[in-house]
Amino acid sequence: MNGMSLFATLVHALGTSTKTNDKLDALVDYFGEASPHDKIWVIALFSGRRPKRAVTSTLLAAWCREKANLSQWLFEECYHTVGDLAETIALLLPEIKRGINPHSLSYYLEKLIDLSQNSEAEKKSFILESWEQLNRQEKFVFNKLITGGFRIGVSQQIMVQALARTVSLETSLIAHRISGKWDPMTTAFEELLGGELASTDDSKPYPFFLSYALEQLPEELGLHEEWQAEWKWDGIRGQLIKRNDKLFVWSRGEELITDKFPEYNALLNILPNGIVIDGEIMPSRDGQPLPFALLQTRIGRKNVTRKQLLEAPVSFFAYDLLEIEGHDIRSFSLSDRRKNLDAIVKSVNHPALLVSRIIDFNNWNDLKILRDRSRENGAEGLMLKRMSSTYQVGRKRGDWWKWKIDPLTIDAVLVYAQKGHGRRSNLYTDYTFAVKDGDKLVTFTKAYSGLTDKEFAQVDAFVKNNSLEKFGPVRTVKPSLVFEIAFEGIAASARHKSGVALRFPRMLRWRHDKNVDEINTLEDLKRMLEIYGK
Amino acid sequence: MNLITFTEAGLFCSLGQFYIDPWKPVDRAVITHAHSDHARYGSKHYLCHTYTKPLLQLRLGEGNYQAIEWGERININDVVMSLHPAGHIIGSSQVRIEYKGEVWVFSGDYKTENDGLSGQFEAIPCHTFITESTFGLPIYKWEKQETIYDEIRKWVTQNMEDGFSSVLLAYSLGKAQRVINALEQNQNIYAHGAICNSQELLINQGWELPSVQRITVDTEKSALKKSIVIAPPSADGSSWMKRFSPFRVGVCSGWMQVRGNVRRRNADAGFVLSDHADWDGLISATAATGAEKVYVTHGFQSAFSRYLNEKGIDAYEVKTAYGQEEEDEGKETKIDTP
Repeated sequence: MNGMSLFATLVHALGTSTKTNDKLDALVDYFGEASPHDKIWVIALFSGRRPKRAVTSTLLAAWCREKANLSQWLFEECYHTVGDLAETIALLLPEIKRGINPHSLSYYLEKLIDLSQNSEAEKKSFILESWEQLNRQEKFVFNKLITGGFRIGVSQQIMVQALARTVSLETSLIAHRISGKWDPMTTAFEELLGGELASTDDSKPYPFFLSYALEQLPEELGLHEEWQAEWKWDGIRGQLIKRNDKLFVWSRGEELITDKFPEYNALLNILPNGIVIDGEIMPSRDGQPLPFALLQTRIGRKNVTRKQLLEAPVSFFAYDLLEIEGHDIRSFSLSDRRKNLDAIVKSVNHPALLVSRIIDFNNWNDLKILRDRSRENGAEGLMLKRMSSTYQVGRKRGDWWKWKIDPLTIDAVLVYAQKGHGRRSNLYTDYTFAVKDGDKLVTFTKAYSGLTDKEFAQVDAFVKNNSLEKFGPVRTVKPSLVFEIAFEGIAASARHKSGVALRFPRMLRWRHDKNVDEINTLEDLKRMLEIYGK
Repeated sequence: MNLITFTEAGLFCSLGQFYIDPWKPVDRAVITHAHSDHARYGSKHYLCHTYTKPLLQLRLGEGNYQAIEWGERININDVVMSLHPAGHIIGSSQVRIEYKGEVWVFSGDYKTENDGLSGQFEAIPCHTFITESTFGLPIYKWEKQETIYDEIRKWVTQNMEDGFSSVLLAYSLGKAQRVINALEQNQNIYAHGAICNSQELLINQGWELPSVQRITVDTEKSALKKSIVIAPPSADGSSWMKRFSPFRVGVCSGWMQVRGNVRRRNADAGFVLSDHADWDGLISATAATGAEKVYVTHGFQSAFSRYLNEKGIDAYEVKTAYGQEEEDEGKETKIDTP
């Protein structure tokens, strides 16, 4: 099998295998068989380094409709049932008859990259030509390369393991080498994994150490003296790097976001070289945290306006120090790293860089009481870190725990439903909820998660049998199912009818015991906004 | 004139005073086929195709059953009623009703490809056609069944090589017989009790079908190693499946056309094998009847009727209680021998 077919087979195997080991085997097989240039692209794709979108979804859909001779409403009906544009198009286009596809994965990707400069007619001609070369499975993959979001059931961690097995290296080393800024167009497989690049790339971040939620009692962690407690901030986890007189800011999603936070430019001249700090990009004024909703107004924008800088100022709340004077100190103990960090932040002495302060506590009980005050402190709970711990790679149990506070909750009624995506295709799983406002209902949030598959199936059946009206893909349903909605925070919002925006809303449970008369009111929401929205 | 009206209890022919596939007990019921969303318990008198009768007896127990052949004309109060092959499962029929030159046809469930067991679907010329629309969107287009059978055979062989049993989930009446036929050359196909019941009944009725081994509490675990097992969708995820470990699960259903469904089912493989017409099948069947008016029932009725309207056919969507079971996400009620 050649390039594109081999890759399509890999995607199919990853999408259908239900066991991690099968996915791992499929990747190892792929890395054993594929060309080096295709391999580097697969690493790029599966670590979120997708080429810029060359063609809009609207155009892709239009060309597909033209090719398959379909009216727009019918295309949309199909799209809402399938829940994935790339797949919808692959299913609607006529199946081709051909032998072997001569092209590699990199051929298509590099063509797509070149295409962004071309006229619409040239784009169209390449897309139509490609659709005629590719069978259904390959067409799906090809469309995915354009529409992006390659979420096909493979985590970066599995890919790292597969690469480690392929080239016989430690996973932590691989994770580091494939992180950061590199271009699949110009990087060779051996160069990337051989570590040549890592030693010359000033921007190279380290893989983040992530924590699991604490499920046991803190007492079970042992002596409290061995643990460090900090507030758990709700911002964007990031790494601040200065090497060779250049400053870089990385997000946890491995996006280089230096330009989005001009506040940090001030640090360029005062931070020492050869330094990597792990921390949280936080909206903050005078050292005090501000709600995440403020930061949201800034992210996603190409250029930050002066108004935004004034209204949503940002600081870096430092957690940890990973590199000092060019030396990787991740194997030092947390307490040693922290001493170094404190010294650096103190010497820099700039409001854009603060340490996330360590919380004093005398016993676990004290800490429980402090945790209950997280919201007043603008935090979403506590972080517990073992003082002797090294800085590890990825999500690991044992040394770091997040201990979040219970979410805020409100009882609401389901009023609109829409079909979901991916494994929820053709099922009504995306809901809009309302609270009471006098004798009216006011919608205030959407939620997609928190129910079991069985519950989703029950709600789906309810929606299908109780829809009142259909607006495109949205069905209005008889307001009767009541759910307890949990969320992490609440902020005022001019964009929502209810006047509030929730942070991470989800369905905590289905309140079979309640009917629509017993749900919460808009007044209740406004009261919550008053208490927690500042 | 309305030869059929849509009532609380189901499709009703008032001139002939009979219902078709009623979902409530009635005096006289004409049954298109033996799937439980079409053949329900409690009516006083049932009329169906000869092949359907023993299946109804298996599901619904003893009762008042009348069986006729395809094309046989029955006069009920000036109305001429006849059954015609629908190609969905064994015995499945369309219902044709004629009164003073006016002809209406209800398709029941149907597929246009001949599966070698259910008879070849025939398009019956009529004025009004009532069609199902289970797969009434253009994303549903089936490959030829032989292609799918090949895929299934390859998958089974691969599983054997890898040391796995192959558990194929297929609806016990219809799909299961097709899958068992496709795997005929393999020795010892094992099956869940529900599937054995249908299979044995059909063999006793004179159908030339391969016999299957019933899985019981006494079945040796060693015999099940690397075996082929046919099970109804309801067995998926049950403790009954554990005895086959290590095994892989393949789901045989038209819904497997969409990746999300395969993933949701947590299936190792999805085989797009359906007993319903695909989009092209629905269109060609509807066109071939020459009907001026089309009622669209269970499935994507709003999309399919809107499409037909755009093509100049007077089409309406109708809400029924069909399609609740069979290919509906693989839910199935158990068939037990009474």
